[in-house]
Amino acid sequence: MKTFDMAELAVRNLRESILRNSLTTVGISVGVASLVAMLSLGIGLQQLAGRRLQKSGLFDTVVVTSRRDLRSFNRDQEETGPAPAESPVLNEDARQKIAQLPSVLEAYPDIRFITEIRYEDKQHLTMVAGLPFSAKSNDSFDGMQGSFFSSENAPEVILQKSFAAQLLGKSMGSGSEELNVADLAKPLLGKQVTMRYAERTATPVADASSENPQTIGASSDSSGTAYSVVSHEQTLKIVGVCDLDPDSMRGQARARIFLPLKLAQDLHVMQPSDLRDSTNMAGGASTYTTVEVHVKSPAQAQNVEDAIKKMGFNTFSIVDATRGVRQFFKVLDLFLLIFGSLALAVASIGIVNTLIMAVLERRREIGIMKAIGASDSDVKGLFFAEAGVMGIFGGVVGVALGWTIGRIINLGTNVYLKRQHFPPEQIWFVPWWLVLGAIAFSIIVSLLSGLYPASRAARLDPVQALRYE
Amino acid sequence: MSPSERASASNSIAIETANLCRHYSMGEALIRAVDGISLQIASGEFVALLGTSGSGKSSLLNLIAGLDRPTSGSVRVQQSDLAALSREELAKYRLRTVGMVFQSFNLIPSMNLIENVELPLRFAEVDRGQREGLARQALDRVGLSARWRHRPAELSGGEQQRASLARALINQPQFLLADEPTGNLDSRTGSEIMNLIQGFNESLGMTIIMVTHERTLAERYARRMIFLADGKLVGDVSNAVPAGEKMQRGQA
Repeated sequence: MKTFDMAELAVRNLRESILRNSLTTVGISVGVASLVAMLSLGIGLQQLAGRRLQKSGLFDTVVVTSRRDLRSFNRDQEETGPAPAESPVLNEDARQKIAQLPSVLEAYPDIRFITEIRYEDKQHLTMVAGLPFSAKSNDSFDGMQGSFFSSENAPEVILQKSFAAQLLGKSMGSGSEELNVADLAKPLLGKQVTMRYAERTATPVADASSENPQTIGASSDSSGTAYSVVSHEQTLKIVGVCDLDPDSMRGQARARIFLPLKLAQDLHVMQPSDLRDSTNMAGGASTYTTVEVHVKSPAQAQNVEDAIKKMGFNTFSIVDATRGVRQFFKVLDLFLLIFGSLALAVASIGIVNTLIMAVLERRREIGIMKAIGASDSDVKGLFFAEAGVMGIFGGVVGVALGWTIGRIINLGTNVYLKRQHFPPEQIWFVPWWLVLGAIAFSIIVSLLSGLYPASRAARLDPVQALRYE
Repeated sequence: MSPSERASASNSIAIETANLCRHYSMGEALIRAVDGISLQIASGEFVALLGTSGSGKSSLLNLIAGLDRPTSGSVRVQQSDLAALSREELAKYRLRTVGMVFQSFNLIPSMNLIENVELPLRFAEVDRGQREGLARQALDRVGLSARWRHRPAELSGGEQQRASLARALINQPQFLLADEPTGNLDSRTGSEIMNLIQGFNESLGMTIIMVTHERTLAERYARRMIFLADGKLVGDVSNAVPAGEKMQRGQA
């Protein structure tokens, strides 16, 4: 029998006992729906975590340090690569070389220093860090009051909430109620703070004595091995107070007040590494403690890391540290898949049951078909097609149902998040491959379930089948 | 067809059984439904298989129809041994070489008449476009052209048997095998069906093998009567002038 005829007959046979076949199909749909709901939840959660981490800028960041620091992130790096004394210096030249590597978006030096900030005649000692302009899209600034820096070297600062509280003389005691960032920002935004800092200047040569500390050029071409340290003050305007901690990755060295990176560079602030460098050959030019490299996508982080290691630097990226997290999601997906499939397995028993019933019920019909010339494969194909049609319908309806369930869970979660004053999140995602895969899986499971009933129908002895009333 | 043509046609042997046996075991007991039957049927013959119920006449018909396989012995139809055919080949034989009608009509209740008649064409993979025309032609031939959209349950027994005749003939088989075709019909409708069958025998030259327990029916229509008892052949009588014609002559 031709395939189309087979399908047509199958559909009309299914219509004959519409209630039973619909119920069986509903069983398949529920199985497929649970599979789709479970997997879409797993995928959604994984994507949510991925988005969060990616937005945080951690996954596409490679941290580069010089081997001369004698601080590395793991023992492997200590043992491989050039000896520290022979390793390259992490300076502007090296930074530019790194920035030109393929898949690197930007490479900027990490500038941080401990200094005094004066606000309304009160001194506060804190860690200050330069912030690249690209950090603007970083979600650490979600819920920030005020605005980001107006330009790359504007004399402006952004305060971390806790430092803002300190400036206002409020305590952030543990256990006490969290301070509202809006309340803290109100009296501070637009106000001025004065930052005292130590500027590293080249040894003054005869006629270059009158340099204005506030307008120092980026390239002070100092070839000498000596430099002097000059104390300066800089007035800065508070433009923003952020709620979260953008520098949380730094641990103890994290800054609580941020300047535009360009400004920080231009100020030539004395860096801790400068002291170390003052005694060695490279002491002439400014070096960097750390260079942060942004990669186009987390997938390329490893390649960039390898390339930088070849240049003779130490590297670290969070991708190394998150292997465990990614493994966790793989296991989670597997579990969700198993639970989802369980429902489909139950549904497939329903198909077997329905089709065996149909074979028993239609014994006579099978006998008639065989008597008038149907071959075993015709009969088998017919029952197979019936199973397949139920699989297609069950799959399509099930995907729709699973999609709806996912939406409802998502909606419910967002209502909850809203009550807890969190922004809404998409915790559920149905990719195209899941839609097609679920329907295909449903058809395959249905066909497998139809295998036994169909071959049973095909084996039926026509003489006995015709005798059966 | 003239008598001489029929005579020449009857010279070629269409069906031949040799020591044909079909035994069933029912628990301890062995039932010899067909027990060593050897016979020959020429093409174009109209044969009646007669016997009481349980005599093995239906079992013999099923063996000839390729619905069942013999325990021993052989059935040769047009020189090919049915026992040697595979299941697929046997299905093809049932589809193209023989047509069957049954006492209980055996139409598929969920299909209307045209779909029932069309079904063997589907199995024979005839193009969709041709199928409906052929099926309607077949229904026309049995006088059912008006009722092709009805389901079997909406029709009388006679109409159902006509439809099943149309279905049996749709693939133009050489043999029509009828198992008590009038058993569920009143005598008037039964005669109508028998006249149709006789017509196929005479106008199309089909070989007819009909199982019946009514001797009068066999005498009226068949040219040859084969008597069975306990699975054995107990009589083979040629019915030179069919009773139907005799009766008509008597009335004249």
